[in-house]
Amino acid sequence: MNALFAPGFFTNGIVHSALIVGAVVAVVAAVVGTFTVLRAQSFAGHALGEVGATGGSAAILAGTNPLWGFIGIAVVAAAAIELLGVRQPRSRDLATGLVLGAGLGLAALFLYLGTTSQSTTGASITVLFGSLFVVSMQMVPSIVTLSIVALAIVVVCYRRLLLTSLNPDLAAARGVSLRPVSALYLLALAIAVSLSAETIGAVLSTALLVGPPAAALRLTKRPIAALVAAAGIGVLATWLGILLAYDSYTWPPSGRGWPVSFFIVVFVFCFYLLAQLRGRKVTRG
Amino acid sequence: MSARVLEGREAPVLSLRDVSADLAGRRVLDGVTFAVQPGEFTALIGTNGAGKTTLLRVILGLQPTSSGTVELAGARRGRRSVGYVPQKVLLDPDMPLRARDVVALGMDGHRLGIPVSPRAGRVRRARVEAALASVDALDFADARVGTLSGGEQQRVLIAHALIGEPELLLLDEPLANLDLRSQHEVVALLARVAEQHRVAVVMSAHDMNPLLPVMQRIVYLAGGRAVSGSTEEVVRSEVLSALYGHHVDVLRVHGRILVVAGEGDEPVRPPGEEPGSVESGIVSVP
Repeated sequence: MNALFAPGFFTNGIVHSALIVGAVVAVVAAVVGTFTVLRAQSFAGHALGEVGATGGSAAILAGTNPLWGFIGIAVVAAAAIELLGVRQPRSRDLATGLVLGAGLGLAALFLYLGTTSQSTTGASITVLFGSLFVVSMQMVPSIVTLSIVALAIVVVCYRRLLLTSLNPDLAAARGVSLRPVSALYLLALAIAVSLSAETIGAVLSTALLVGPPAAALRLTKRPIAALVAAAGIGVLATWLGILLAYDSYTWPPSGRGWPVSFFIVVFVFCFYLLAQLRGRKVTRG
Repeated sequence: MSARVLEGREAPVLSLRDVSADLAGRRVLDGVTFAVQPGEFTALIGTNGAGKTTLLRVILGLQPTSSGTVELAGARRGRRSVGYVPQKVLLDPDMPLRARDVVALGMDGHRLGIPVSPRAGRVRRARVEAALASVDALDFADARVGTLSGGEQQRVLIAHALIGEPELLLLDEPLANLDLRSQHEVVALLARVAEQHRVAVVMSAHDMNPLLPVMQRIVYLAGGRAVSGSTEEVVRSEVLSALYGHHVDVLRVHGRILVVAGEGDEPVRPPGEEPGSVESGIVSVP
């Protein structure tokens, strides 16, 4: 028992809040991310996450929580994507890539200034790779509120999201205006990406966003089941990641623990591989 | 007035008056006028580039017009009373939707929220079942929709369009890329469905021949202009020659109708046509 759950796992307050925050964020990322995969917007999700690094590092420099930086810049970037409304995939990818490069350049500057002025490297690691163990309890109400907003958008627009993802013309013929659905969805995406960035870091946020849904879509052909499976896989990967990260405090080389984001991302990837293997059988049958 | 006269004066489900539309600065539709009566089977005939898809998108309100009016049954453009089956849709194989889910979205895909009421669920399931049965799609109702063949997906999309009980069903080239037998099956299915659901069908095609047994009205498009009426009224040498702006011959051979470009000094290349190609898929010898 102690080999799996290192002593103190169930009594440690930091672990408790990590388990709760991690689960909430994993559910939001999975539910929103399922539609990211279906709408083929994974690259937009990835871009919002990485641009978030700019906001996160600026927030740290300004002395506030990086979450506000993540969310601020992600909403602005999402609005830009929507307003530019570039329909051609190539120009859209180009524009996204260019904005992304400029954003990361700024992030490099902010992180450098932050590191030299505060003489700590903790800020860069937190912004880029996150850590569930350092999410402060004060942030929990904001995280929960943002999660509710993102989930509410998906629940309210659920059928419209399915129909527009299936085929925009079919949706338009049914009298669905495409613009509000896509704008609201990008807002939910910006929130989900920012929450993921807060917990597992800006660079890794896409893993939590598209990994569990990609696995879930191999396993089921029903939309609600896909959402539930994606959320379950996300939560499981997060909790297993927290467990191993806690255990790793007794591991070499330093005895100071391995990053929890590393474990979460590895578990997400493993679940995806397992689902691929199983999914092949499902499609054949 | 007698009942018969009243019947004849029933309001059309669709009426276009002098409709023009431009795409990227090019006039694609030029003064198109026609009306479709309730339950009527209408074929929208023209070559590639004649403006068929644009015309369907104008009727749906997906494409703005430059001038003219489009009136759909019901007060304003109640888009919900129009069913639409787009051209060559290939659905994403990763979509976590069964054929029956896609049909259900045709009924309530515009609604907000997630359906939860079990009683409404039973009514919903029964309607979906009936719509699937009317297009012979029950066999693959539970298959992931993106893994079905093109023909099967088409039937699912027809059920999706019909379940909202529209007065008008629009189909964009439903016979494209089908072999002759499948073409006849789709046409028979559409004729049956139109009868059962009392819905007016407007379908586009580049060849009118598979539709001759069922169509009651033809809208013939060339170079963005249109003539409409019965086959006998429209598919005549003088009418089509005027539409094309040069001489064309209409030949009736073994129950098939061939429209061929004329001979002599007239240009052999009608607007929007590739050299050497003809209506009805028969190669002309100028």
